[in-house]
Amino acid sequence: MIAEIGHYAVVLAFMLSIAQGILPLIGAHRNDTALMGVAAPAACGQFMFVLIAFCALTYAYVVSDFSVALVAQTSHTLKPMLYKVSGVWGNHEGSMLLWILILALFGLMVARFGRNLPAGLRARVLGIQGLIGIGFLAFLLFTSNPFLRLDPAPFEGQGLNPLLQDPGLAFHPPFLYLGYVGFSMAFSFAVAALIEGRVDPAWARWVRPWTLVAWTALTIGIALGSWWAYYELGWGGWWFWDPVENASFLPWLVGTALLHSALVVERRDTLKSWTILLAIIAFGMSLLGTFLVRSGLLTSVHTFATDPERGVFILGLLIVVIGGSLVLYAIRAPMLKGGGLFAPVSREGALVLNNLLLATATAVVFLGTLYPLALDAIGGGKVSVGAPFFNATFVPLMVPLLIACPVGAMMAWKRGDLPGVVGRLKVAVGLALLVVLATVMIDGNTDIVAALAMGVAAWLVGGAAVDLAERTGLFRISLSDTLRRAANLPRSAWGTAIAHSALGIMVAGITASSSWQTERIQIVRPGDTVELAGYEVTFKGAGNVPGPNYTALRGTFELTANGRRVTMLYPEKRDYPAEKSSTTEAAIHTTPIADVYVVLGDSDGKGGWATRIYHNPLVPWIWAGAIFMAIGGMVSLSDRRLRVGAPKRAARKTPVAEAA
Amino acid sequence: MRIFLFIAALLAAPLCAPALSPLAPSEALALQPDEILKDPALEARAREISKELRCLVCQNQSIDDSDATLARDLRILVRDRLTAGDTDTEAVDFIVERYGDFVLLRPPFKNSTLILWIGPGVIFAIGIFGVTLWHRRRRVAVAAPVAPLSADERARVDAMLAEKPDQ
Amino acid sequence: MLRPLTLIPVAVFAVLAVVFAVYLWQVGPGGKDISKIPSAMINKPAPQFDLKPIANLPARLKIPGLKTADLKGGVSLVNVWASWCPPCRIEHPVLMNLAQQGVTIYGINYKDKPEDATRFLDQLGNPFKKVGVDNTGRTAIDWGVYGYPETFVVDASGHIRYRHVGQIYPHQLESLILPLLKQAAQPVTDSSKAGSAGAGGS
Repeated sequence: MIAEIGHYAVVLAFMLSIAQGILPLIGAHRNDTALMGVAAPAACGQFMFVLIAFCALTYAYVVSDFSVALVAQTSHTLKPMLYKVSGVWGNHEGSMLLWILILALFGLMVARFGRNLPAGLRARVLGIQGLIGIGFLAFLLFTSNPFLRLDPAPFEGQGLNPLLQDPGLAFHPPFLYLGYVGFSMAFSFAVAALIEGRVDPAWARWVRPWTLVAWTALTIGIALGSWWAYYELGWGGWWFWDPVENASFLPWLVGTALLHSALVVERRDTLKSWTILLAIIAFGMSLLGTFLVRSGLLTSVHTFATDPERGVFILGLLIVVIGGSLVLYAIRAPMLKGGGLFAPVSREGALVLNNLLLATATAVVFLGTLYPLALDAIGGGKVSVGAPFFNATFVPLMVPLLIACPVGAMMAWKRGDLPGVVGRLKVAVGLALLVVLATVMIDGNTDIVAALAMGVAAWLVGGAAVDLAERTGLFRISLSDTLRRAANLPRSAWGTAIAHSALGIMVAGITASSSWQTERIQIVRPGDTVELAGYEVTFKGAGNVPGPNYTALRGTFELTANGRRVTMLYPEKRDYPAEKSSTTEAAIHTTPIADVYVVLGDSDGKGGWATRIYHNPLVPWIWAGAIFMAIGGMVSLSDRRLRVGAPKRAARKTPVAEAA
Repeated sequence: MRIFLFIAALLAAPLCAPALSPLAPSEALALQPDEILKDPALEARAREISKELRCLVCQNQSIDDSDATLARDLRILVRDRLTAGDTDTEAVDFIVERYGDFVLLRPPFKNSTLILWIGPGVIFAIGIFGVTLWHRRRRVAVAAPVAPLSADERARVDAMLAEKPDQ
Repeated sequence: MLRPLTLIPVAVFAVLAVVFAVYLWQVGPGGKDISKIPSAMINKPAPQFDLKPIANLPARLKIPGLKTADLKGGVSLVNVWASWCPPCRIEHPVLMNLAQQGVTIYGINYKDKPEDATRFLDQLGNPFKKVGVDNTGRTAIDWGVYGYPETFVVDASGHIRYRHVGQIYPHQLESLILPLLKQAAQPVTDSSKAGSAGAGGS
């Protein structure tokens, strides 16, 4: 009964999305207030019904209703409650429903908080959201219905892939989708602007917060996924340039470029056409990722029973949504007139450079991800494009971006003073050189590239600190004045500084963990001690331990430093009988400056166990950097100028911000 | 075969194509203790080579990271070749001869990979060119008198900027 | 009002959409299997090897070992198999059928226990003229094998003409394997043609 309610709610939401997708657009065209007025209630209703459907599916998972085919295929009564709930989106159909729920949520937010938008723009944005909703609800109803019944219902479900029964991965998809779908807002605003033929600073002030929400969520989502890969896959890697990873990274890269270019539109009323294009591409990349992952075109060896219908459907959706908007762009973009002029050396110039490098980086990842597929499609043979390719092409592109970042952030609008900015950054330059020297001294092997990369990391953090110090007059004026200035500093300035220094933290983590990782691979017997990086790891033994829906083989290791016990480590190999598969759980001891990472391997049958022990310096900084980046995004979002509900107060600018 | 990353895993794909059996009966962790060479310099070279070679039965995973039996065999083969005195290139070529360019995670520069390798550079060049052109045009365009906003447009902008938020 | 610059995105997207559509169509039902990797060994001489027979074979199964020189002198199939490989088990009747039709089939027994291999042949029959045991997997690597079973068509001069990855389905006997054997019996006239045949397969 509950499943039928869910199914029915999806049908109603589909009907409402049709109303929302058509009537307001006609209304906006005819300037008909009544028709435009349909948009908001339709969006609210759509959200309500999708929420009902989502709750119905969640209920079916929670009570293990195996008469619902999807639940029978992907759940199990013995599964812990957390994974029963996260199992809702641990499959194609359920994750599509979550996607639609988030889409409807964004529609609701525009309907609820968008009352101060010009009526035409608001109707158009909601109308376009409605059109996207039609596409995805139709996709769900006609190719991926999660509410199909199974008769007779089995007594027990087939269980969820054990790799997904993990806290990191349980919340990875919601954040990822919040990011993907969040870009639909920027997209809808872009298309609405193209229809209206105008983009003004107020438009950019509307787009920026939505983009920030999406970008922040995507940052968290990608970080969660990478963290999961780090502790779950068992060899200490955290990013593999896997096509599926790249599919989530592409919208992030474009979204980052969009955040920066929208700033230029907002402040200087120029770069409009490019920003519109980025908004379209950001959402396009989100859809592309969905297409690639769900059509089965990327999962080469892991062929699974893909329904070709789904691939065709999403491709059709992609062509209508992205192809259609790009055609509209080709027709309308030349009408958008640029505003403010600027010299090449200026904040605008720096942001253009940022966009150029990010766009090229996007092109590298895009080409690398899709090239094997495209070459195979035209009969050109099979190639592999893996981590070595991306490391050789993507990383060099990031170097100028990272070096230019602090300089650009301090550059004045319109016409900047490069020597002046570099002069003001001398503290950061000094810090960077100091770090390079210190790294060379500590690291006996003098890995000069790594030392320079650490210098770049310090440069980013130092640059952000100098920027804040300058804006608050730190050390130049009295401390109380500084604090007052700091309090008055726009939140977006804080957000920028936090996010840019977070980038530095991340660069340090990436550099250190990939350059100075130490590794010990050996057979150990109980009592054996392995030394690495100032630690001793002693193997105490291994034995079986029962889990809720698995049995684990657990190793016991004692971690000591200079003979003093630090902690005990318990790596596991888990066997999931229902799902007939197993996982490896690394045991990790995290300190602020390094991880000790222990993995239990196979028994050699003679009382010895294969073990892998890693010392990963600064690896926690990678995720700390990602978290700070997201915090930077949230702080920016709290800026009153960008507050979702109050975009138009932006005319008020604090004098401090202007002075900087 | 543990590598399926995030969403691939989300889709709960079965491990391998039913018509193909890429796994030998026993499954083990990536690099095994018994594979490691005594000579650290040689071992370091072997590791670097292993990272560049694709585990054929896995998705986008190097033989250094892979648990598959074939990956293990290839790791041992690489080490044997190096021990026998092969250079890094010779050892890689030995495997490419048998498995083709597909095993190389960094595709060789060839006609078929031309767009892959020069594409980003071309895009960057077009970008630089486009920006320069745009910038130059803008300067010329703005040097000419700009039509000011019409009274109507002016009023709309003012209204938009002055309007107080409802909530 | 159209400007060439603003047409670039839609043009790039159009190319992309066509590529995806073509690929979806190719991969669609009954289409090509994208997990199959073309062999680098096509039109090359079979690798050098000299493999021992399965150990402790009972008298009823008299199967000698296999070496490179055995492959010369006639068209043959070389099948890489193991008793632990489920698709090999499913494929076996097809090989039996081929052997009954007089096709010469050689086997490379990959990383198997001799007693398991013996039981496998006892239960399902022996289609092989000769079987070499590859315990290290080295010979399989020399052939460029990556999945099991794999089947190679080798011509009379000992050159590899075709590689089939995965099990041979009964319907592929008439449509694929027999024509390939016939083709391999012809001298190589157009190497590119043979190569393209090798690149295909499903």
